[in-house]
Formats: sequence, structure tokens, C-alpha cells
Amino acid sequence: MDALRLRAREAKRLLVDGEISAAELAKVYLDQIDRVERKVKAYVRLTPDNTAKYSTKVDREMQAMRGPLAGLPIAIKDNMVTEGVTTTCASKILHNYMPVYTATAVRQVWDDHVVMLGKTNMDEFAMGSSTENSAFHPTHNPWDLSTVPGGSSGGSAAAVAAGEALWALGSDTGGSIRQPAALCGIVGMKPTYGAVSRYGLIAFASSLDQIGPLTRSVYDCALLLQHIVGRDRNDATSVQLPEPVALPAAERLEGVRVGIPQEYLAAGIEPGVRARFDETVALVEQLGGTCVEVSLPHTEYALPAYYIIAPAEASANLARFDGVRYGYRCADPADILDMYERTRGEGFGPEVKRRIMIGTYALSAGYYDAYYGRAQRVRTLVRDDFARAFGAVDLIASPTSPTVAFKAGSRVDDPLAMYMSDICTIPANLAGLPAVSIPCGLSDGLPVGFQLIGPAFSENLILDAAHALEAAIGFDAVPTFRDSGTAAPAGWCPEGAITYHPEDAQS
Amino acid sequence: MIGEDDVRYVAKLARLRLDEDEVARMAGELADILSHIDKMSELDTAAVPPTAHVLDVANVTRADRPRPSLERSEALRNAPAVSDDCFRVPRMG
Repeated sequence: MDALRLRAREAKRLLVDGEISAAELAKVYLDQIDRVERKVKAYVRLTPDNTAKYSTKVDREMQAMRGPLAGLPIAIKDNMVTEGVTTTCASKILHNYMPVYTATAVRQVWDDHVVMLGKTNMDEFAMGSSTENSAFHPTHNPWDLSTVPGGSSGGSAAAVAAGEALWALGSDTGGSIRQPAALCGIVGMKPTYGAVSRYGLIAFASSLDQIGPLTRSVYDCALLLQHIVGRDRNDATSVQLPEPVALPAAERLEGVRVGIPQEYLAAGIEPGVRARFDETVALVEQLGGTCVEVSLPHTEYALPAYYIIAPAEASANLARFDGVRYGYRCADPADILDMYERTRGEGFGPEVKRRIMIGTYALSAGYYDAYYGRAQRVRTLVRDDFARAFGAVDLIASPTSPTVAFKAGSRVDDPLAMYMSDICTIPANLAGLPAVSIPCGLSDGLPVGFQLIGPAFSENLILDAAHALEAAIGFDAVPTFRDSGTAAPAGWCPEGAITYHPEDAQS
Repeated sequence: MIGEDDVRYVAKLARLRLDEDEVARMAGELADILSHIDKMSELDTAAVPPTAHVLDVANVTRADRPRPSLERSEALRNAPAVSDDCFRVPRMG
């Protein structure tokens, strides 16, 4: 069994045909974790006892548990709360947080008898594009261990790419599923805002956050998405999709009009990324689709608007981490104000502090209209750009990331350079639109991602088009775990946080 | 332009203790980031309505009926300090 190549669709068939047991399937991933996790460090916590116990239970009760996902092992980003399993957001301030409830999206896959392997590393509070902002340790890209896996769902993406999980859940606020999926050579999708409940997703920017799948194929992406969408009474912003998510089967793109936004290609796209993108655009035409230029004229204002809106919402959301009800509390506080300030000063890492500061500044008296108010208006202009474009085309295509995986450490001291990593992905979050990234080839031995953005609730169209393109691209490379040098910086490490932990979460 | 005094003031609003090195570094970084963000001022947005939420949903309401919630012991489970079934905090300054 090749953990680097096995897809959920095949794994499911092997399980149903009795060629493999759920316990044996889980062991494929546990063995691969034993082999490569010390190099990749995709997880912040493994739950092997849970994995063994629950996969055995699926085998024992196979008749009752013959759900479409039963026994398929999954990794969960550590910003989704899991009752009985520590949930940290890769932050010192939550290093010991033991949730007393489970996120709806996680509950849905648990109810379908998916087997959880563990919780994955991320940029602290999902703020970052390289998974170097984890308070615990950086994650390494399995294609070249000296490069980053992207972020913030870098642990989930690296786990899937490295064969340490069959598939994974991540979250995407400005590209945090799609960009790491691109840099790790897998499929990642951000659904339409509201399609997946955010209940139990520790909030970063509530009007932008969305949970979605990271998988090894477009079919698997649709399969997992089917099981996490839906209206949830615990999330007032969740909605029912107008039509169910269908498993994609399209092989052609006849009649599909794909827009290529010139603004996305204007600057900063690496030549190797541009070459793979152009080849994939040519494939769209070969498959019967048509490609036309479109204009999204406010693209260059999307990043500035995002870096007001997301930090503003974050500064409010992260106010709850104050040392009173959960998580870290500073030692020997003099009084309550001292406790708030030192708990937060000691508990948050540099990027989280930066964003809290930007957000607080942008919302403070005298600056609100100039920053937050203006950013909300720019957000309208970005949405209007898409609405106009989708009058003429069905989908919009772009590179997912302007570059392939970059060297660890190369952008950590330059916040703006790091923010530019998400220049092609942020607009879809501002507009709430669904978007997928699929691998479209290699540049210098590192994967390149191809992004398709659609109108709200066009998940089925996006998945069908991505499925047809995936077959035409025929991407079948797997990571080599080579290391071309440069050690990543060490992180703060709480006692016992990265050890195997016997837990029985999923009963 | 944001200076070190602004950083100290905003950090106070955010209940965030920064040491002097952090204040100095933050002033430089925030100035860089805000100068990029100021690009927005090239646009005339006076007539553009703001977007706070992307979906066309009106108020979402439900019946105001009590339903079970967390047990007290569960709610207190993660607290750094507890006394008399309450969260315990240091005295007010």
C-alpha cells in the first residue's frame, strides 16, 4: 500500500471489498508517520490510541458503519475544537486547552466514522503563509525539507502530501487552504462562505474564515466536502447549499468559459509558475473550454483591504484570550490589568501581536473611517469586480501562489513579503467565493498550483472543471523528502505538547 | 505616521504588554504595513456602500427557549484558577 499515492476513492473500495481492514488502513498511515514525521513535523498532536481503537471499532461494526467515509483516516487542523483532544491553534496561549465540545465540521466526519489520526500544525491562530508562526515548531515541505509547506494550514497540507494522512481538514481566511495545497502538490478547496459551519472553528476573521478539504484528488475533495456542508443552527452565518455537492465525473470542458484576470498575472508571478499556468490554460482549450481575458480592476486594493479587515476582526475575536477562563495565565500577576497584559504579551507570538495591533489601531477613535470603513467599501468594489466578470465567464483561473515553496526563514522578518504570498487567493475570501487549487506540474522540482474561482455556490461547476483538468494534467509526481539545506528556526515548545498522547476522543 | 508613542497607546487599548524592543520593532513594521494599506486612499469610495458580510442574509432568529448548556464543572474545567465554583482572578488594580 503506497501511502503517498492512495486516494480516498480507492481506499474506500478496498475497505468495502474487504481487501483491507480499517485497522490495516490506519496502520498504513501510522507507519508512514513513524517513517517521516520527524522530518516533516506536520502534526502538533497524534492520537494513535484513538486511531487504533476507532479503526478496530469500524471493523467490528462494519455492517452498522458502512457509511461512505467509514474507516478513512483524516488529519484535523488544530484550530478546530475536538472534545477530549487538546486544541492549541499552535499558540502558547492555548497550549493546554482541552475543549469541552467538538466543532460541527469535525463532528460531521466523526459521525461518518472517519478515523482521526491527529491534529495538525499551523501558523498561530491561522495567521501566516508558511507555518513558521507556530509556537511549537515549523512544518517542513515534504518536496524539499528546507522549504515551507505554505500556511496557515501547512500541517494539514504537508501531512496529506507526505502520506501521513489520507486527507485533511483545514481553514482558509485569505488562502490558508489553497496556498499550502499548491505548495505541497495536493488539492485544496475553500467553499463558498457559509457552506460549512464555523461552529468550533476558533475564530480568526469571522467574515472570511471557512473550513474546507485538503485531499490527493478532486474526487476526494468533493467526497469530503459532501460531508461537511450544511446549515448549522450553532452558526447563524451558515447556509444550505442550493444543490447537493455532486461527485465530479466530467472529462471535457465544452461550453465552459474561463476568464483569465490580467491583474493577477501583472506582477510577481515566477516564470516557472507562469509557464505551468499557461500550459494548463492551453489544456482548458484542448478540453473544449474557452479562455478569455477578464479584468478585475480592484485586485491591487484587495490585499490592503484584507490587511485591515482581517486584523480588525482578529483583534476583537482574540480579546477573549485573557487568562481568565482557559489557556495560559502569566505568573504572579500584580492585579487584573497586569494579568491581562502580561498573559497576552507572553502568550501571543510576534505575528499575532502585529495583527492585533493593526486591527486595534484601525478600529480606534479617529482612524475607523480612514481604515476599517474604507476597507469595507473596497471590499464591495472587489465583489463588484467578480460580479461583472461572472457576467461574461463561468469560472476564473489564476496561479494559486505567485511562487513555489520558498525557503524556510526567507520571509519571517519581512511581514509584507509574507503577506504577498496570498495576493492571488485573498480576493475570493473578500468576496466569499468558492475556489479550488489543483496541482498543475512542477517548477524546479516543486509543485505549482492552479486556482479556479467560481460564483457563490458554484462548487459543483468548479469541481467538475477541476476534475476534467486534473485528468488532462496527469500530475503523478510524489514528494522526495530531499533536503537542500538551511535549518528552520526553533520554536517555543511547551512540555508534552508534541508527544504521542493516549486519548479516546471519538466514541 | 505611527510612532512609538502610538504603539504604546494602541498596545494599552489591546491589553498587550510589549517590551521596549518590541515597541521599537513594531513601530517600524506597522509603519511599513500601513503605508502599503494607504494605497486604498487612491480610490474614491465615498459613494460605495460598505460590505460587512458577503451573504444576503437578514437577521437570523430563533425561538427564545432555554435549552441545555455546559455544566458548570465543564465550563470551569480549563480555568487557570477557580474558587467557589467561579473563575478566580487577581484583585482589581
